[in-house]
Amino acid sequence: MKTSGTAGPKPAVLAGLVALGFIGLAVATPMLALVAIAPALPDLSGDYLGFVWSITKFTVLQAGLSTLLSVLAAIPLARALARQATFPGRHIVLRLLALPLALPALVVVLGIVEVWGRQGWISTMLQSTGLSGPLNIYGLAGILIAHVFFNMALAARLLVAALEQIPPENWRLAAQLSFSSRHVFRHIEWPVIRSVLPGIASLVFMLCIASFAVVLVLGGGPKATTLEVAIYQSLRFDFDPPRAVLLAGLQLALCAGLFVLGGRMATDIAVMSSVGKPARRPDRFASRRIDSLVVAAGLTFLALPMLAIVLSGIAAPFGVIVSQPVFWRALVTSLILALTAATLALVMAWCLLAAQRTIMRHRIPSRTASAFMSSMQASGSLILVVPPVVIGAGWFVVLHRTGLANSAAPVIVAIVNALMALPFALRILRPAVVGQAQIHDRLCASLGLSGLQRWRLIDLPVLTRSFALAFAFAAALSIGDLGAAALFGSADFVTLPLLLLQKMGSYRSVEAAGIALLLAGFCLGLIWLAEQLKPGAQTS
Amino acid sequence: MTGAAIQLDDVNFAYPGGDPLRFSTTFQAGSFTGLIGPSGSGKTTLINLIAGFEEPASGHIGFDGIDAAGTEPADRPVTMVFQDNNLFAHLDVFTNIALGVSASLDLSGGDKARIATSMDETGLSGLGKRLPRELSGGQRQRVAIARALVRDRPVLLLDEPFAALGPALRRDMLRLVSNIHKQRAMTVILVSHDPADVKFAATHAAFLDAGRVVANRPVDALFSASDIPGLQGYLGT
Amino acid sequence: MLRLFTLCLAALMALVLPASAKDKLTVYTYDSFVSDWGPGPKIKTAFEASCNCELEWVAVADAVATLNRIKLEGSGSKADILLGIDTSLTAEASATGLFEEHGISTDNIKLPVPWTDKTFVPYDYGHFAIIYDSEKIKTPPASLDELVNGDPEQKIVIQDPRTSSPGLGLLLWIKAVYGDKAGEAWTKLSRRVLTVTPGWSEAYGMFTKGEAPMVLSYTTSPAYHMVAESTERYRAASFPEGHYMQIEVAGILKSSQNKPLARQFLDFMTGPGFQNHIPTNNWMWPAGKTSDALPDAFDKLVKPAKSLLLSADEVNASRKAWIDEWLKATTR
Repeated sequence: MKTSGTAGPKPAVLAGLVALGFIGLAVATPMLALVAIAPALPDLSGDYLGFVWSITKFTVLQAGLSTLLSVLAAIPLARALARQATFPGRHIVLRLLALPLALPALVVVLGIVEVWGRQGWISTMLQSTGLSGPLNIYGLAGILIAHVFFNMALAARLLVAALEQIPPENWRLAAQLSFSSRHVFRHIEWPVIRSVLPGIASLVFMLCIASFAVVLVLGGGPKATTLEVAIYQSLRFDFDPPRAVLLAGLQLALCAGLFVLGGRMATDIAVMSSVGKPARRPDRFASRRIDSLVVAAGLTFLALPMLAIVLSGIAAPFGVIVSQPVFWRALVTSLILALTAATLALVMAWCLLAAQRTIMRHRIPSRTASAFMSSMQASGSLILVVPPVVIGAGWFVVLHRTGLANSAAPVIVAIVNALMALPFALRILRPAVVGQAQIHDRLCASLGLSGLQRWRLIDLPVLTRSFALAFAFAAALSIGDLGAAALFGSADFVTLPLLLLQKMGSYRSVEAAGIALLLAGFCLGLIWLAEQLKPGAQTS
Repeated sequence: MTGAAIQLDDVNFAYPGGDPLRFSTTFQAGSFTGLIGPSGSGKTTLINLIAGFEEPASGHIGFDGIDAAGTEPADRPVTMVFQDNNLFAHLDVFTNIALGVSASLDLSGGDKARIATSMDETGLSGLGKRLPRELSGGQRQRVAIARALVRDRPVLLLDEPFAALGPALRRDMLRLVSNIHKQRAMTVILVSHDPADVKFAATHAAFLDAGRVVANRPVDALFSASDIPGLQGYLGT
Repeated sequence: MLRLFTLCLAALMALVLPASAKDKLTVYTYDSFVSDWGPGPKIKTAFEASCNCELEWVAVADAVATLNRIKLEGSGSKADILLGIDTSLTAEASATGLFEEHGISTDNIKLPVPWTDKTFVPYDYGHFAIIYDSEKIKTPPASLDELVNGDPEQKIVIQDPRTSSPGLGLLLWIKAVYGDKAGEAWTKLSRRVLTVTPGWSEAYGMFTKGEAPMVLSYTTSPAYHMVAESTERYRAASFPEGHYMQIEVAGILKSSQNKPLARQFLDFMTGPGFQNHIPTNNWMWPAGKTSDALPDAFDKLVKPAKSLLLSADEVNASRKAWIDEWLKATTR
């Protein structure tokens, strides 16, 4: 297992190539399959192109604004949470931040309507005080509220993770040089935030681009049509697969283009390791009041819709729900799916990052290497904007032709979920892995540690926290995912969100609310489980 | 500016879950003391307490007889150089040093001149525009020392800042600190794992063991003493 | 971790392993039909008791998805029967050439309109209706025209015709009543529309949460609330212009290897063994012979004086144009 300095592909690079190929295959195959079964080229009239242009503008507008607001709101929240490292309940707050991701959009939309709608809590309050008439959020405002709900939490959690990487010496220096909160932000926090912000913002942007139910319901009508809606319509109601693929390609290209721009702004986080004992932040007292306010405001915004979901949920007849065998089948399926998808996502992320690390260490200079690097970055991101309906239908065609449609469906669902979780895993792991690389690479090389051995002995123990966070997000995402699982629906393959939707679709909204609550509970359980991973834990 | 005397009077401290530490000793004004002792004996904690990064559970720390309890790190007559991460990675050398003058980087002409002088003194002339990653390990620590100089405090605390450097380079750095000590008559405390460094640069040496200051004497006296429990074992003599 | 992963994969595969080897009839349908509380499981038991065969339901998200799956699978489909599409999709389904004539007796079939389709057999029907919350609205719209021209502050939630069947139903309803003036009617109606949801579930959920006092659904919706929740709070508004119909049908695929059994199933479908389960499990009107009396709640439902239904071919030919008309009228 000696790492030689001479030419020849390194195992890590090979693993990265394999992961890259796997991702490419998993995404390109269905798109090609859909094009292949096309009876004719898509019918694209001038009118239709005009329509596409107008929805593209709206798509970018809503996603851009949603991203901007989510990130702007996340920065103060993350600062406050990172600064106040000890307040009671902080652990729970951090876990809750991963939760919106796990809740099916339908559930969140109803929760938001209950809080912000015409007859919602806030409207009722405003009306009873005579301040104003009912709120009308339907339109851009509603879309933004829902997207900020989903993504501010996500962005804040990722930012907190980054801020916690700041070495303790920086805080001692700040104390010694009598930095005010402004100075701390300028000299310590902002550089870290800036280095991770492009990654976080692009993630949020993609999630908003691909958002579907939120946009339609809260957008107030067809004025709020996005590309994703048009793709869905093309594939389902018009059954025009090539057009769906074309639109999906457009959406992909749009995001890829923005990433190329965004990539220019991205900076790699500088290596920061420390042997020092954790330092308490010098600014924790001075800012306590404002931090409490920020955290309270952020939490209120996040908690109100969650509270609405909980309140509708606890009224549910849990006895009835748990007495149904289908509930247990759905639960087991969802948990297995979430664990499989999260594990797979982490393995893929690790392969990609290990390959990047190796390329960076050996300073492999060729153009191929740099193309490899950037395609790895992109592949780990753009999957989110290939609509699940396209991936699902395409894979269905492939599997059907090969006669595997039924037996392979769950595997494909797991893979698709893993691919969707990959961008999260990459963003969480990358700073830590790159930092680790610069610290331990030489030592490992000198000891001849490489491959799995190195992963087990060196990387895993040090990166446990990052792995746990990435795992938690990936599991949350796939336990709440509806898209992929719905595509291969068969009576035997029911997941919790699918069951929830079925209940919802047959008047049983009270039971559905109960299932939503249970889903959230299991998701928190998974996050808690991921956090229990201890350095050096059994890993084989 | 001349150095301040530092008194530790029955200073008690423990990290959560760690062994209790208890320090009593005095560092004379203008002395250059090397702290030696087995790892875990509390060397770094001692200077963190002096710098105000940790608050004692009980006991007093005083500078020239004035109790420092409740005084923020920035308001103590102290400046400290760490083993690592002394610099902000995204700021160039000049700016990193300038932070020692003003956190908001409002610099007067005089400030700039002082920064330039400190760069000359530490051998950094012409490197002002470099980023930390473009510097060698020794140069990075020089920047940290230059910043300590512009802060112009009576006490300089050094937490193994040269541990990662080679022998020759380490001697250069110690010589630099020693010169600064002589010129400015600062009180210097250097945490070191190498008694040879202490003999080479310091005027005094303090031996710590199991959370106590066992002895604090002039260098020659300490290293030739035979009445200090644990010292022989530590030095391997 | 790798071991855990392998284990998980194996478990996933095990979840979907095929079971027995009896004569098997495969029926594609939408998933709420075969949910534990839907009619599917009961019908399966009933049919299997008489056929000495195994009935396999394959459930896809919704009616449109079932047809799309048939299209994707083409002549290689393992489905014997497709059950669950409605009359807005039958022409499109026939046009694929994948279905064959059913060839069974239609004597049992009871519909408010004559049934002439030789390919598809109806099994239930319903009428679209505006459901209102009687605690919020004392005088509901008495006609479609009143709905269209009513108070803009009294809101309704509807579904998107591009993504949902009821949404398409309303589009056809307005077309059937207003013809060339449909665009204008939409423009007026859109003042009252709180929002347009992608599916029935979101709309109905918002309605029952009280966000809007009216929703587009079916005349049978109040029956669920009466039977399951013993409340008459939610009622359907009756419109003299007529209510647009949804007729759900099933058809046999040409590629079926089991045609006699498939015909046997369609025949069974028009009789009580199937039909008895429709009213309180699928919440639609049975389109065939029942032996159990309908629950009382069904007596209290609005029974439209006039059933509206555009021909399947017309719908198939003009749907895109009508959706464009809707888009233009409502995004203005």
